[in-house]
Amino acid sequence: MTKVAVTVNGTRHEADVEPRTLLVYFLRNELGLQGTNVGCDTSSCGACTVLLDGESVKSCTVLAVQADGCEVTTVEGLAQGEELHPVQQAFHEQHALQCGYCTPGFVMAAVSLLKENPNPTEEEIRLGLEGNLCRCTGYHNIVRAVQAAAKAGA
Amino acid sequence: MSILGNRVLRKEDPRFLRGEGRYVENLPLEGACQVTFVRSLLGHARIGGVDASAARALPGVQVFTADDVDIPTYGPPPFPGLDAGMGRPPVARDVVRFVGEILAVVVSDDRATGADAAELVAVDYDPLPTVVDPREAAKDEVLLFPDSGTNVAARSGSPEHDENLFADCEAVVSGTLNSQRMAPCPLEPRSVAAEVGADGRVTAWLSTQTPHQDKMVLCGMLGLDPAQVRVVAPDVGGGFGAKMLNVEDLLVVWVARKLGRPARWTESRSESMIGLPHGRAERLDYTIGGTRDGKVLALKLDALQDSGAYPTLGAFLPNLTALMSSGVYDIPKIEFEGRSVVTNTTTISAFRGAGRPEASQVVERALDDFSVEIGMDPAEVRRRNFIPKDAFPHTTVTHAPYDSGDYEGALDLALRAAGYEDLRAEQKRRRDAGDATQLGIGISTYVEITNGVDETEFGEVEITADGGAIVRTGSFSHGQGHETTFAMIAAERLGLPLDKVTVHKGDTDEIPSGTGTYGSKSTQIGGSAARVAADTVVEQAKKLVGDYLETSPEDIVLDQAQGLLHVAGAPSKALSWGELATRAAEDGRMDELKATEEYKAAPTFPFGAHIAVVDVDTETGRVELSRLVAVDDAGTIINPLIAEGQVHGGIATGAAQALYETMVYDDDGTPLTGTFLGYGFPSAAELPSWELADQETPTPRNVLGAKGIGESGTIGATPAVHNAVVDALAHLGVRHVEMPANGENVWRALQEAKA
Repeated sequence: MTKVAVTVNGTRHEADVEPRTLLVYFLRNELGLQGTNVGCDTSSCGACTVLLDGESVKSCTVLAVQADGCEVTTVEGLAQGEELHPVQQAFHEQHALQCGYCTPGFVMAAVSLLKENPNPTEEEIRLGLEGNLCRCTGYHNIVRAVQAAAKAGA
Repeated sequence: MSILGNRVLRKEDPRFLRGEGRYVENLPLEGACQVTFVRSLLGHARIGGVDASAARALPGVQVFTADDVDIPTYGPPPFPGLDAGMGRPPVARDVVRFVGEILAVVVSDDRATGADAAELVAVDYDPLPTVVDPREAAKDEVLLFPDSGTNVAARSGSPEHDENLFADCEAVVSGTLNSQRMAPCPLEPRSVAAEVGADGRVTAWLSTQTPHQDKMVLCGMLGLDPAQVRVVAPDVGGGFGAKMLNVEDLLVVWVARKLGRPARWTESRSESMIGLPHGRAERLDYTIGGTRDGKVLALKLDALQDSGAYPTLGAFLPNLTALMSSGVYDIPKIEFEGRSVVTNTTTISAFRGAGRPEASQVVERALDDFSVEIGMDPAEVRRRNFIPKDAFPHTTVTHAPYDSGDYEGALDLALRAAGYEDLRAEQKRRRDAGDATQLGIGISTYVEITNGVDETEFGEVEITADGGAIVRTGSFSHGQGHETTFAMIAAERLGLPLDKVTVHKGDTDEIPSGTGTYGSKSTQIGGSAARVAADTVVEQAKKLVGDYLETSPEDIVLDQAQGLLHVAGAPSKALSWGELATRAAEDGRMDELKATEEYKAAPTFPFGAHIAVVDVDTETGRVELSRLVAVDDAGTIINPLIAEGQVHGGIATGAAQALYETMVYDDDGTPLTGTFLGYGFPSAAELPSWELADQETPTPRNVLGAKGIGESGTIGATPAVHNAVVDALAHLGVRHVEMPANGENVWRALQEAKA
C-alpha cells in the first residue's frame, strides 16, 4: 500500500492505496465520488475526464499515486450549491445530454477547453473534444453548448 | 397555451449534470460478491475440460462451470421459423461457438481478484474449423449445430420466383448492398446487481431497456414465481436496441441465489464489444428494373442475414427488411427471399433501426444505381415513383400498411434547404476542372415502421396529496427523456405546471406491466397511455368535484390554463387539484383520482428525406462528410428539443455506418475491432453539425398523432451518405463502394473502376 494525499474538489484526502489503483477507482470507490464514469478500457471515450491541477486528464489512465499532492476537480466540484456551473447550465439549455453517461466527462473536457481557449471556433471545439465519445447526441448540441458557454464567459 | 410542441428543457438533466446519475454500478450493495466471466478465446472449439483448481485456491474465490449451473438452454426466441435446436447454454459445456462465449463463472470478493482468478482457469480447447463469412456458412460445409444439419437458422420472404419479373423493363441493374456488422456501443457498459431478500424475493437491478420483459424471461429461465421477483432498471446509459436480458443477467441472479449473497457484475468495454449483441450484418443482392423514363417496375432482393453463433432477434430481422422493401415508392412487383445463417461470431440482435435501415439502404442504393443506368437525376427518379400524398392509407405489395405520408413534400423541403441545384453546379465545376477532391451529393428518401407489431403499453396517472401528479409508465427511458415528454403530456391534460408532474418507470414492483423501449414506440403508445389515463382522471375528478360542489359532474369543466375544476359558467365555484386532493384524502377517496390505461395502437410509418454532401479525395480515397440536411417527419412532435436530439444522434450513427464503423473478424473468428481503439466510433471531430428542416404529418393511428423518432435519423442518413460517396465518383466509372466508405474501400473502388 502507498500513502497518497489528494485534494479533491477543495477537500484534502489522505489514503492508503494499492499502487495499481487508477485515479478513477480511487475517486469512485475510496472517496465515493461516482459522478466520474468508466466507459472503456483503452483511454478512448473520455467518460472519466477530470481536471488534474486544472488540466483535463482521463482518470482511467492516471494512477492514484500520480495524483499525490495534486488538486483534482470532478464533476461534483463544479456547481456552486444550487447554481450549476455555466458549462453545466449550457449543456442543460442546449439539450447536450441524453443518457447522461458521457456527460460528466464532456462537461469537464469542455471546462478545460474553454479555459485554454475562451473563444473557440466550431472546428476548434470539435477537435478539442476529440477525446470524448457520445453515442446519443451526435455531438451537435454538445458543440452548441460549448459555444453558448463560451458566449456566457464560462 | 398548450405546453405541447414547445422546446421544454429536460427535467432529468440536473442529476446527470451534477454527476448524480443512478446507474447500476453506482448502487451500494453491502457485502456483494463480484462476478467475472471466463470467456472463450477461440471462435469454434470442442471443450475437453475446464480446470479451475488454481483459481479456486485464491482466497474467497469460487468457480462455477457448466456442470454446476443448472439453467436451461437460452433461446432462441419463439419467432416463427427459427430453428429451436440453436439455443445457447448459459455456460458452454462441450463446444464454444464464438469468441466471448462464457465458459466459467468466477465469484470473488473484489474485481481484481476476480480478474486474476479468471486468468487461472485453464480451458482445454480442441479447435474446430470456423466459419465467419455468412456466404461460406450458407454452404453448410462447417456446421455450428451438426444436429440441425444446416447453418440456416431461419428463412424469410418466399423462394418462389416469377421468371417474368423484369420482362416489361427497359433497364435492369443489379448490385449488392452489404449492411455491415456494427457494435451498438452504449457508453455505459452493462451492469447487473442482484440480491435475495430475507423473504426469499429476488431483486435484480439491470442496465436494460426492457425491465418487465426481462422479469418474465428471468422467471422462466430460473423457474421463479413472478411474485418473487422484482426487476429495477435505474438510470441506463444508452441501449440502442442491444440492452435486453441476456445470459450474463441470468448468471448474476443465479449466483446471488446460489450463494445467498448479493452479487454484481459490470462489464469492461472489451467484454462489451464481444458480449453485447451486434447489429446489422445483412447482405442484400438487388436487381431493379423499370422504364427509361424513370418508372420502377420491379425489385428483387435476396437477403443473407448473419445471425451470429446463436440466433435471436437478428435472425428474424430480414422479415422487417422484407416488409419495408417498397420504401417510399409505388413498386408494382417485389420479390424477397431471405436466409439467416449462424456463424462463429457474436450474436446479432437489434441495433438502432433493426431491419429497417437495411431496407432503406438497399432500396435507396438500388434507386441511385437505376438512376445512373437511365441517366436521370436521382431526385427526379424518386419523384416519379413516390406513393402520392393523397394515396394514404396505402398498403404496399409487401403488405406494409402505411398510415400517412408526404414523401414529395419532404424531398422538396430537403432539396431547398440543401440548395440542391447550386450543389450540382459546384459538382459539375469540379468534374470539368478535374479537381482531385470531388463533390458528392447523396439523396435518401425513406419510410420506416415504429410500433411494428401493434403493441400495448401501460400508463397510470395518479393525483398526489399535494395536488401534483405521478405518471407511471411501462415504457422506459435510457436517454430518450420520458421524464419530460410524458410529464408534458399529462400536465397538458390535467392543467398542471410541469414541475408538479413526476414520471416513474423501470421498477416492476411499482409498475404492474410494461414493454419497455425499443423500435421507437414509446411516445406513440406509452405517451398515448399517459394521455388517456390523464383524461380518465379528469373525468373521475369531475364526479368528485360534482359531489363537493353539489353539482352534476356533467356541469364541471377543467380550466387547463389554471388547473381549476369549476362549474361551467361559474369559475368562482372551483377547486384546484390541491384542494380537491386534500378533500379526497380526508374522505378516503384518493383512489378516484387515479386511473390506468393499457393503450394499444397500430404501427406508424415515419418518413423523411436526407441529403448528404461529401468531399472525396480521389487520390487517397479520404471522405469528408461536410453537410447533412435532414427532414424527418414523425407526425405530431411533443417536444421538438428532444425530438431533434433523437434525430441528431440517429444521423451520427447512420453516418458512422456509411463511413466509419465495422466490426471485423479474422478467418479464425477472432474479433479485430474489439476495443474503442480498433472500432471506428466517430468523435465530434469527424462529423459536421446537422441541418434539420421541420415537417409534421400526423398519424391517425394514436390519440397524439405521433410517430416514432428514435431511429429515423439512422435510417435516413446511411443511404444518403453512402449514395453521396458513390455519386462523387460516378463520373470516374464507380458504381459501387463497400460500407463503411472509408479511405481503403473508396480507394479500392477507384482502382477497380480504373482497371
